Amino acid sequence: MKPEESATTGADLLVKALIDEEVEVVFGYPGGAVLPIYDSLFKQNRLRHILVRHEQAAVHAAEGYARSTGKVGVVLVTSGPGATNAVTGLTDALMDSVPIVCLTGQVPTHLIGNDAFQEADTTGITRPCTKHNYLVKAVEDLARTVHEAFYVARSGRPGPVVIDLPKDVLMNKHDYVAPKKPVQHKSYRPQVKPDPKKVEQAIELIAGAKRPIFYAGGGIVNAGPKASKLLTQFVRLTGYPITNTLMGLGTFPASDKQFLGMLGMHGTYEANLAMYHCDVMINIGARFDDRITGKLAEFSPKSKKIHVDIDPSSINKNVRVDLPIVGDAGLVLEEFVRLWKAKQPRTDQKALKAWWAEIDKWRARNCLAYKQDKETIKPQYALERLYHHIKDKDHFITTEVGQHQMWAAQFLKFEQPNRWMTSGGLGTMGYGFPAAMGVQIAHPDSLVIDVAGEASIMMNIQELSTVAQYRLPVKIFILNNQYMGMVRQWQELLHGGRYSESYMESLPDFVKLAEAFGAVGMRVHEPAKLDETIKQMIAIKKPVIVDVLVDKAENCFPMIPSGAAHYDMLLGPDDHAAKPVSEEGMVLV
Amino acid sequence: MQTATSSHTISVLVDNEPGILARVVGLFSGRGYNIESLTVAETDAKANLSRITIVTTGTPMVIEQIKAQLDRLVPVHTVRDLTVEGPHIERELALVKVKGTGDKRVEALRLADVFRAKVIDAKMDSFVFEVTGNSDKVETFIGLMETLGLVDVGRTGIVAMSRGGEAL
Ligand SMILES: Cc1cc2nc3c(=O)[nH]c(=O)nc-3n(C[C@H](O)[C@H](O)[C@H](O)COP(=O)(O)OP(=O)(O)OC[C@H]3O[C@@H](n4cnc5c(N)ncnc54)[C@H](O)[C@@H]3O)c2cc1C
Ligand SMILES: Cc1ncc(C[n+]2csc(CCOP(=O)(O)OP(=O)(O)O)c2C)c(N)n1
Ligand SMILES: [Mg+2]
Repeated sequence: MKPEESATTGADLLVKALIDEEVEVVFGYPGGAVLPIYDSLFKQNRLRHILVRHEQAAVHAAEGYARSTGKVGVVLVTSGPGATNAVTGLTDALMDSVPIVCLTGQVPTHLIGNDAFQEADTTGITRPCTKHNYLVKAVEDLARTVHEAFYVARSGRPGPVVIDLPKDVLMNKHDYVAPKKPVQHKSYRPQVKPDPKKVEQAIELIAGAKRPIFYAGGGIVNAGPKASKLLTQFVRLTGYPITNTLMGLGTFPASDKQFLGMLGMHGTYEANLAMYHCDVMINIGARFDDRITGKLAEFSPKSKKIHVDIDPSSINKNVRVDLPIVGDAGLVLEEFVRLWKAKQPRTDQKALKAWWAEIDKWRARNCLAYKQDKETIKPQYALERLYHHIKDKDHFITTEVGQHQMWAAQFLKFEQPNRWMTSGGLGTMGYGFPAAMGVQIAHPDSLVIDVAGEASIMMNIQELSTVAQYRLPVKIFILNNQYMGMVRQWQELLHGGRYSESYMESLPDFVKLAEAFGAVGMRVHEPAKLDETIKQMIAIKKPVIVDVLVDKAENCFPMIPSGAAHYDMLLGPDDHAAKPVSEEGMVLV
Repeated sequence: MQTATSSHTISVLVDNEPGILARVVGLFSGRGYNIESLTVAETDAKANLSRITIVTTGTPMVIEQIKAQLDRLVPVHTVRDLTVEGPHIERELALVKVKGTGDKRVEALRLADVFRAKVIDAKMDSFVFEVTGNSDKVETFIGLMETLGLVDVGRTGIVAMSRGGEAL
């Protein structure tokens, strides 16, 4: 390693390394252990620092930034409580494969292990909730570690990486080392190119299918926008039906006739039945999550399964597959398209016609139907109207967690990837608002809306102060049912309607709350006034909270109760489960 | 679903860095996998590599997961399942302390000879034996010593290697 610049402090070195990694924004919160970094930030103007109001929000904001741009999100927090506050965000990013580099302050090396002031065993605490983590013990290792961390965060299956930085390391001096490109990591080299033999076999299997379905997930978002284009191209070439996971929404245009909607616990009737009855399943970048499979023993029992995933540990984890293909979804799809075009396989038109006829019958059940009256706004209606007003505008949607999240997935249509940010794997209430801030930072002129529940929004409500400071015109669209609706729904279904602690007492006046932070607050409860409110919300170039008072009793359907099979779907309030939820199902979440 | 479990000996080549053992052990505890035996030591000081040998049990699907999860750890270079990859050798070393006098002492010494255990410490009323072999042999030897005044046992756990000329 040759010294390239005259000796600088660790903190300056860090800033240089971040700039070399093409970082533009850092979401953070200061404290004693990271003061040298804040001092270095003060002295430069290449990196923008966004001061959040809670470290959890810094990570979610970085997730929103990362997921909407494809870049690595960067977080900076202090030692001890700064680091522990970031843990929920890190776990969220790990579960949803979001590339994050999180810099945490640490007490000086000679105090580590002494229960020093604001000391926490950050690498110990974050080991299970990061893709990888580092404790930098000497300034000589700092720049190299930062470059390696970015490589690890963004390559293979992306994820969060923590770099723990003792204060003395930040203050010691050393020469800067620029990143080596291309990176040749000594042990971490994920396989991105698929085995050509397996790709050939897959094409054969796909071409011969009589009842095929594509099941595409978040891995396609991870593979970059080109992968979604290739997916769309390939699916259209085949003419086969496709369903998306919650994380995969937008990788295939929702308006396309071949799209069956989301699958899984709150997925559509047609998508779930197609998964159950298919003979060839083509999973690309999805991980057979339990929200998808329901009862494992009865999951798509008659199908041959192809699984494309960059992470070998996703393969055969929950569901045994017949043809695993390890590789990047984009590269695999490129091969699929190329081979399909070269071979021009003749698919079984007769069988496919019958399959589509069957699917159309399931579609005709109109499983997302709801009844809107003149009195109260149905949450589904609010989202349909919202979509009507935003569909022709450049927009991004984030969500909190609960019924509103599922309705958003069902009723908003996503035509492109990177436009939909939601906490899928961890299901973190409080994710949506800070994530929306991160999206807005990356896309200052776009319309960014957090579809929220009144309970979830309370979990990171302090960020109203951040959006005020940076004049981020984020819109918070609260579907206020005065309940932790998702909890209430499960209590109704599984616990005899005993609504233990799921009613939201003492909610704030969201309109006044908005005003207190310099935002605009609006409230609407009449269906007839909804459109006008939404139009106003969009027109205002400031942060806005819209408190939409919706039907308190509405439940989210369709629903496959935990532990049930795909054909045991509840379609609406009048539909009683074919069997009561089994004891086995009761213990599941 | 396959439920029959079997035991596998897995060799893992890792960077010898702080926290690597915690990563491996945390993976097993966090995901509910079994560890029957685990050994670790630096094996290549120049390249800064350690070799971890893990004996674990699980269904074929779980064993496959364990290997994929290990391989996914950033400082892991190589993961090899010696049990499925062909013939291999497993060895374990134990230190066995036996206290007693008279006939029992004589018998302990005689058995140690049969098992090719070495005496590495001797007092008038005690011995420490060093015994090496596969786990069966070591266990049998310890079992026999129980009736002859066994007071202390230390075992290394299994180290293993494939037969033939190929490196890990
Ligand atoms: C209240 C609630 C209800 C939910 N209900 C549903 C539901 O009804 N339906 C539903 O779908 N989800 C639902 N979820 C979300 C669910 O929990 C999972 O998060 C989601 O299903 C996982 O999506 P995925 O399979 O696409 O995988 P992701 O978590 O997005 O994982 C991506 C997969 O792709 C792989 N990958 C990453 N990068 C690449 C690449 N470059 N190339 C190839 N592969 C790659 C990864 O290794 C991983 O296996 C719900 C969540 C909540 C909170
Ligand atoms: C941090 C966190 N705590 C608890 C939960 C469990 N949980 C899931 S949904 C939900 C209720 C959400 O209520 P609200 O935000 O009002 O949304 P609604 O379901 O009413 O649309 C709760 C408590 C969670 N997902 N995250
Ligand atoms: Mg609610």
